Amino acid sequence: MVDIYTKPKISAAQIVLLFSILVLVVVVGIPVILIFLTAFFEDGKLNIPGFLQILKDPDTYQALWNSLVIAFGTTLVSTSVGVFFAWLVARTDLPFKKTMKALFLVPFMLPSFIGALAWKVLLSPRAGYINKFLMVLLGLDTAPIDIMSMGGIIVIESMYLFPFVFLQVESALERMDPTLEESARISGAGLLTITRKITLPLVLPSILSGALLVALYSLAHFGVPAILGTEKGIYNIPTKIYERIYSSGGSFRAIRVGTILSTILVISAALILKAQDFLLKKGKYQIIAGKSMRPMLLKLRALRTPLLIVSILYIGITVILPTVTIFLVGGLKTYGLSFETKNLTWANYLEIFRWKMTKDAIWNSVYLSLGAALVTMLAGTMISYVIVKSRPKGKFILELLGVLPFSLPGTVIALGVILTWSGRFGINIYNTPWIIFVAYVARYMAFSLKSNSAALQQVSDSLEEASRACGATHFQTLKNIVLPLIRPGMISAFFLIFLPALRELTTSVLLYGPTTRTIGVAIYALNEDGETVRAAALASVALVIILIGETSIRKFLARLQKQE
Amino acid sequence: MSELKLISVTKRFNQVVAVNKLNLEVKKGECFSFLGPSGCGKTTTLRMIAGFEDLDEGELLVDGEVYSSSYKRYYLPPERRDFGMVFQAFAVWPHLTVWDNVAFPLQIRRIPKVEMEKRVKEALQSTGLSAMKDLYPSKLSGGEQQRIALARAVAINPKVMLLDEPLSNLDPKLREEMRFEIKDLQRRFGFTILYVTHDQAEAMALSDRMLVMNSGVVQQIGKPLEIYNEPANKFVFSFIGLSNFLKVRLRQGKAYPLDLEEGNPISHEAPSELGDVCYAAFRPAEVDLVSGSSGEGIPASVARSTFLGDLVDYRISIGNQEIRVQKPKKNGVLRNGESCRIRINRIHWFPLD
Repeated sequence: MVDIYTKPKISAAQIVLLFSILVLVVVVGIPVILIFLTAFFEDGKLNIPGFLQILKDPDTYQALWNSLVIAFGTTLVSTSVGVFFAWLVARTDLPFKKTMKALFLVPFMLPSFIGALAWKVLLSPRAGYINKFLMVLLGLDTAPIDIMSMGGIIVIESMYLFPFVFLQVESALERMDPTLEESARISGAGLLTITRKITLPLVLPSILSGALLVALYSLAHFGVPAILGTEKGIYNIPTKIYERIYSSGGSFRAIRVGTILSTILVISAALILKAQDFLLKKGKYQIIAGKSMRPMLLKLRALRTPLLIVSILYIGITVILPTVTIFLVGGLKTYGLSFETKNLTWANYLEIFRWKMTKDAIWNSVYLSLGAALVTMLAGTMISYVIVKSRPKGKFILELLGVLPFSLPGTVIALGVILTWSGRFGINIYNTPWIIFVAYVARYMAFSLKSNSAALQQVSDSLEEASRACGATHFQTLKNIVLPLIRPGMISAFFLIFLPALRELTTSVLLYGPTTRTIGVAIYALNEDGETVRAAALASVALVIILIGETSIRKFLARLQKQE
Repeated sequence: MSELKLISVTKRFNQVVAVNKLNLEVKKGECFSFLGPSGCGKTTTLRMIAGFEDLDEGELLVDGEVYSSSYKRYYLPPERRDFGMVFQAFAVWPHLTVWDNVAFPLQIRRIPKVEMEKRVKEALQSTGLSAMKDLYPSKLSGGEQQRIALARAVAINPKVMLLDEPLSNLDPKLREEMRFEIKDLQRRFGFTILYVTHDQAEAMALSDRMLVMNSGVVQQIGKPLEIYNEPANKFVFSFIGLSNFLKVRLRQGKAYPLDLEEGNPISHEAPSELGDVCYAAFRPAEVDLVSGSSGEGIPASVARSTFLGDLVDYRISIGNQEIRVQKPKKNGVLRNGESCRIRINRIHWFPLD
């Protein structure tokens, strides 16, 4: 007799699907819904006038306006700088190109709030070292440069965000078929005309998508405005939310204002992502070459050395100067002394590892980011697998929930997590490290989904089918075929989460408790308390940890790639 | 008068010589092809003529005027050469319509509007694109995109048209069709064609004269028929069409297949200056094949026969060597392992390498 295989009522695939939906609902769905509910409803009733009244409040209105101005300015500056340097590296005979290309990506490594801290030390109107120097040099009564202003915030944010544009545009220029430009040249067009009429229009989609990334990031950015703006009363939405909640000791009214501002953030982010999606679809020109040839390079001639010097100076000023400043300030015996050897001491750095508050912060950051990276990577793999590979009913819910994390700014996630995990559903993990952990998982789920689904899309269905045809079960196929093939995607997801989580500030700053500071929070808090030297010393330690992390990971990934 | 002249042109890429001391004259209105395997330096030569690559040594003259010269360190930039060029990957601009693509070189030259429209129309008409003038290239097929590139190149009425493997991204049927169209355009506009290809049939069909190149060195320059009938060396013979190289021993004007020196010679008219052993080279179609083990000719046997439709393709063993023979099917089919005798009609003699 033949054994007929009967389908169970609930298959394993459906269980995985349900579980995936559950994870996304709990981690991102409920927090977002609670934010909208809190924003629009009061005492169970729809409260639109209340919503509008808060927006009309000059205080919040100003924060909204500032956020937009900062985002717009930062996008403009970053895009100009990014496109210029991308063009310089990809399309001219600038010397030491490979090195320069690597150097232009270094600003990514320097957390922007640490950069802002350094610039405050150098250029604050009262005590900035450069300002003091210039005042003496030029015999001025007032400081010539005020970094603690809207302009200052825009410039500093741009310094650390322009690589988004640089990366996109540089790779587009590099992959672009050089004959597209050569055929314009043989048609009689000079290099300027070609740049204007052919090259720029063809890489415009990349420029715009880089610019939108910057806008998205800047709109919801906490660190730089917090360090350079709050002291002067300049707030953007994230810093305003933080200020309201902390000045009221976490009152529900303040949280409600926060949710309303968050709603605006989420809507703006969604619009930006929609625009990016539209541009990518519309502008998807086939500009990639069939056979690779060296693109024609503009001979800079007399400008070659000056432009190299400009590039090196740019890196020097944006990366090396602030880094050195942080290390020097971190070693000062007292803040305000000059940088002479007699005023410097190693003791400050050693103290970071002895003092409970900083020691805890480092430990918290390390285990929280490791844990969050691991869990988010695994959850992301599972969810991506369900979205990309199996096609059960109800998949669309998952897809909808899956794109949600992309448009959630860190501040919004923090608020949502507070609303969800402060006892409303019987679980109160407020003031414990768990709430930060949950927030990290929510915040970085987007990275994990992106990296994992990209890897999964590379694995063609026929590979799995071949394995099944060889007699392997679904589970064996997963274990022996799919997982090994997507391993690089999983590993890169892990690092894409671990590294930013290590230096996270925006989300953690709304969630930390007395014993659960992270590195970012500790630096920020020390700076707020006027402990500039300690803040700088901790920042120096953080920079060393980040540098070791980045380089060892890059080496590891390079080795992995070689093996594949 | 010669339109285009290359004098001892040399190009190196990091010590590797891509083109070595190339001398060439191309006449006005001529269709001239550069033929060779990939990496032989043919595209580099074309790009030097276009002005995209500088010359390490030598000069390029057009109509007696210096366009590139390593001695004078003078290079007329590509945009001022007034050449037309078509690339392998089409290189039509995806953000411009068909019309705007073709009009671009005329706009750059600031041709008055009325004249410009006339010329764009003419170029589109002669490439059969008139109906698609408002479409974007991504909506068109590969063949149509390559027509845009052609129309764009002829719109300025160039003196010289440079074509860099323009048909190798198209399917075989379309390739043949486009060949005629290119010739047709040349008749109508009267430009000189420089055509780079690795496809020998394409070069034969198109060119008035052609050049065969290998590893940066010119192997032979001549009319297609000359090159086919009188190949200058073993490389040219093997690159043009199917070829056999049989090692033979020469003795008093007679040539015997190696290890079969007791029987009949394959030829009584072998040259004497090639030493003891040399190659007898011949086309698979130039061999007569008769079944049976006795009679005239060289004894051989059928190692494998493959039916190709009109033709039968044989691998024939002669001693320890194997040659390829193709005969029409109507002559009958020999079986595998069958003994046979062969006679070779037209032999080229080449020294051992």
